[in-house]
Amino acid sequence: MKFGIVVNEGPYTHQAADTAYQFTKAVLEKGHEVYRVFFYHDGVNVGTRMTVPPQDERHIQRNWSELGEKYKLDMVVCIAAAQRRGIMDENEAKRQGLDGDNIAPGFRISGLGQLIEAGIQADRLVTFGD
Amino acid sequence: MSILHTVNKSPFEKQTLNSCIAHALDGDAILMVEDGVYGAIDGTAAATQLAANKNISIYALGPDLNARGLGEAKLVSGLTIVDYNGFVDLAVEHDKTQSWL
Repeated sequence: MKFGIVVNEGPYTHQAADTAYQFTKAVLEKGHEVYRVFFYHDGVNVGTRMTVPPQDERHIQRNWSELGEKYKLDMVVCIAAAQRRGIMDENEAKRQGLDGDNIAPGFRISGLGQLIEAGIQADRLVTFGD
Repeated sequence: MSILHTVNKSPFEKQTLNSCIAHALDGDAILMVEDGVYGAIDGTAAATQLAANKNISIYALGPDLNARGLGEAKLVSGLTIVDYNGFVDLAVEHDKTQSWL
């Protein structure tokens, strides 16, 4: 079965970012397909590679990147939410005249249309947030 | 057409569990996750409401119960404890998932 996942909360602020990760991992390990993971609102903060949590603590961003790499996930960060919170890929940073980008491996920046499409294409759309 | 409702707020904090119970129809399931698992404690107003809905299946996420020290003895009867795999199965078994945030 095809799943779409929506993550509306940032890492280390609300458990939703953790629940979303554990759920997505379980979906994939059970052999289902994840059509797309869409990071929206504060959820876009999962998509920065600049997070450095203490070494003995779970690394939410890296966990997502590794899951994305293992299962070739399409992990999309909402562009409008990302720009407000300073999440940039190379193109966006250049377009905005900024001195660097910070998007994490496996993530890409795109628009809300990607969420709508995931809602249409996936058999189940599951939202995690506060 | 059945719906899996997920509730992630404590009934002592927000009214989402009440709203969810009021909207859920026969054949639906309610899964309590995160702070929502406080709704699974027996002897509360929420527990009485949950028990009154015989045709709605009630679930709680085990890892979140454990993280909050809620052992099975403290929980409302008729509740099924699931892990993340069980959460996925519930999402598959029901036509839609509604997250009460």
